[in-house]
Amino acid sequence: MALLEAKGLTKTFGSVTAANDISVSIEEREVIGVIGANGAGKTTFVNMVTGYLKPSAGAILYQGEDITPLSPREITWRGICRSFQVPQVFSSISLSDNLLIALGVAEGERIPFWRPLRQPHLQYAADEIIARYELEQYRGQLVGLLPQGVRKLLDIAMAMAHRPRVILLDEPTSGVSVQEKFGIMDVVMGALHDTGVTVLFIEHDMEIIARFGSRVVAFAEGTIIADGSPQQVLDDPQVRRHVIGETLHRVPHGEEGASDA
Amino acid sequence: MLTLVAILVDGLVYSSWLFIVAVGLTLIFGVMKILNVAHGSLYAFGAYTAATLIGVYFDAGWPPLGSFALLLVAAVVVGLVLGLVLERGLLRFMYGRDEVIIVLVTYAVFLILEDVILLVWGTSPYFAFQPYSLLDNTSIGVLSFANYDLAMIGFAVVLGAGLWWAIQRTRWGKLLLAVIHDREMAQAMGINVTLVFTITFILGAMLGALGGAVTAPEISVAPGIGVEVIVVAFAVVVIGGMGSIPGAAIGALIVGLIRAAAVHLLPQVELFVIYGVMTLVLAFRPQGLFSRAEARKI
Amino acid sequence: MRADRSLLRVLVAFALLAAVGFALPDWAAFLLTLALAKGLVVLGLLVLWRTGLVSFGQALFYGTGGYAVGMLGLYLGVSDIVLLTVVATVLAAAVAALVGLLLARYRDIFFAMLSLAFSMILYGILVKTEALGSTDGFNVIQPTFFGYAPEGATMRLCIYLWTALLVVLAAFGVQRYLTSTMGNLAAAIRDNEIRVEYLGVSVVRVVWVKVIIAGALAGAGGAITAFAVGHVDPDAMTYWTVSGEFVFVTILSGTGNVIAPFVGALLFELIRSFAIQYSPYTWQMVLGTSLLLIILFLPNGLWSLVTRLGKQE
Repeated sequence: MALLEAKGLTKTFGSVTAANDISVSIEEREVIGVIGANGAGKTTFVNMVTGYLKPSAGAILYQGEDITPLSPREITWRGICRSFQVPQVFSSISLSDNLLIALGVAEGERIPFWRPLRQPHLQYAADEIIARYELEQYRGQLVGLLPQGVRKLLDIAMAMAHRPRVILLDEPTSGVSVQEKFGIMDVVMGALHDTGVTVLFIEHDMEIIARFGSRVVAFAEGTIIADGSPQQVLDDPQVRRHVIGETLHRVPHGEEGASDA
Repeated sequence: MLTLVAILVDGLVYSSWLFIVAVGLTLIFGVMKILNVAHGSLYAFGAYTAATLIGVYFDAGWPPLGSFALLLVAAVVVGLVLGLVLERGLLRFMYGRDEVIIVLVTYAVFLILEDVILLVWGTSPYFAFQPYSLLDNTSIGVLSFANYDLAMIGFAVVLGAGLWWAIQRTRWGKLLLAVIHDREMAQAMGINVTLVFTITFILGAMLGALGGAVTAPEISVAPGIGVEVIVVAFAVVVIGGMGSIPGAAIGALIVGLIRAAAVHLLPQVELFVIYGVMTLVLAFRPQGLFSRAEARKI
Repeated sequence: MRADRSLLRVLVAFALLAAVGFALPDWAAFLLTLALAKGLVVLGLLVLWRTGLVSFGQALFYGTGGYAVGMLGLYLGVSDIVLLTVVATVLAAAVAALVGLLLARYRDIFFAMLSLAFSMILYGILVKTEALGSTDGFNVIQPTFFGYAPEGATMRLCIYLWTALLVVLAAFGVQRYLTSTMGNLAAAIRDNEIRVEYLGVSVVRVVWVKVIIAGALAGAGGAITAFAVGHVDPDAMTYWTVSGEFVFVTILSGTGNVIAPFVGALLFELIRSFAIQYSPYTWQMVLGTSLLLIILFLPNGLWSLVTRLGKQE
């Protein structure tokens, strides 16, 4: 039984079809890269899987359970978390407090209203995360003032506070300068790898896809047009046409189509 | 049967009053996203100014029928003066700030203006019944209605139609619609949004003052008349949809008829029925009956 | 955080409050009682404000508390102040729980308008209720204290001491709450509700709890005011201007600290009493102008001025 399975997911907004009959099966510990042009349906897919949008048709199964009607909150407790294209963090408090809150509410569904948030064990866990994601120098600063790359890391770190079995990263390096992209991905993927979490990440940079993904799924105009190893998918003519850009004959820097992921 | 007529006429009269009073508020909110608590003060200023002018007018012995023009004069003067002062002097520094903060600002203005009224006009009530009594009554069976009230229905209809025409059919109206839809885009297209804001606020202020002016001949114009009007106007605006003029008309109609029914059939609920409807609308369709729903953020 | 220092200040304040009550002349203690009662309501608004919500309808719960005290005294002859305050507070909390089911789903201006609407419904009902005196209201029974039935100045002093105790407990309670996980979620909800949901928290549920807390505090404030003033009527307890006043004091005090509401309320009562006496035609103007100045120049309320000066030392 697959860990997470989407079956025939379709989403229409009036006359616009954002997603059309999407079916994909995800196994434990996979690291899947998702590619596709803007508007191809990648974020819509993530929104549906995490309960933010309800599909017009189709279902999502997690460990065999139909989670389609569940809210984001319920799905989080089931073990699926996500990060956002635009990092969704708490701007008016410090980075450390952001993590404290995330860890604090991850402890249980009943939220303490008398016991202080600043418990040693929570602080310790937050410190661990800060170390793992290399955020030490930012810990006390107001998140609203932090650079985009740091906010993205925080967003991901907060999503991981629940120790999910599956994490969906929506463009973890978007808005980040080219020099920083690989650095951030190294930190993130390293941290995620240690926890054994199943990863699905949306990316536009083909190099990063090739480097970090063990499997690639390509979206175009609301449907999946390719699903396989990075080599297969990035060489696929349909993919090259719809996603990479037909006329450019672009190839990842370095060896043609190879990856050492 | 007679009760039905009474409810209908009373309802229409009250609806007309509500519309005249609330339309300025909804216009300002629609264009500028400002929920103007000081609208009640504008109403009061309109009433006091009208009462004063009427007093002077009749003392001077001018022909009685001309006094109706004074109501409009009062509204225009108050709207122009107060509108300019408030918008240019204070509100324009608040654009872009949180809606609730602006409500608090206009609440502060309301407090200030309440005392200005006391300082200018004192605490004794003013009376300006002349225009009201001039028009006499109409009888339907045993029911008697003041022609002034009936005229208000006509006035409200004309006002509503006039505003609708001005917004839908004139160039200025189209500029207004553009700003309502998308302020930034309108600005980017070269529309002088600052000017539109100022004119809109002055117009809204005039309409608020007009509400007070036309009411002056029917009441004892005394301190505090603006206080109650604010919440009633809020209710109508919320019910109809904040920023929608047809919404204000429908909202006024609904509230007016329901209140008239309550007065005649179930007086205990008369006061809270308007807020009950407001609550219901907020519960089921918070954007009001006529507003378009807002798009989601993510 | 300055939680421990605030707690210490609260304990010291109680000792001071009690002592002050004995030292002050009757009229001043009475003023202080009213101010502290008002401060309770504002404390509730502080909880909501931190969550990014402004209620224009706390008079609903304030009035519920006051009228509950009045009606229990009137119809059942109950007069024990502790019992009545507790019942009134619980009743106000129950109303808040009910109203909160709807209110918690709204934000910004809709939250403000809906809270206003609810309070005006109560106003409308009370004004039309002959049995409760309509707009005139009715007198509230004199409080007794576990059987002890003082009169005059002694009674007022007893009411004051009870108020001081409530205030200390409330301030301490809210302070604990604000440092708890749920309390810290206030800023989180204010900043990013979507993230909070994705962290597995029901935002509506948390806001609902905050509405109840604010409602309970307002109910307690209303109950005390009913005893202190000895009279309840719709205009003084449920009209929208009463709610407006509470919001005003919230802005005046700022929301940085659980003591600020009481200091702000006291300042407000003092200014209001003197202004009404010496300049009845301009005190609203003074209020309005102060509100404007604070919004424009001191967005964190007067308390921020105090802390600013404190830090410079």
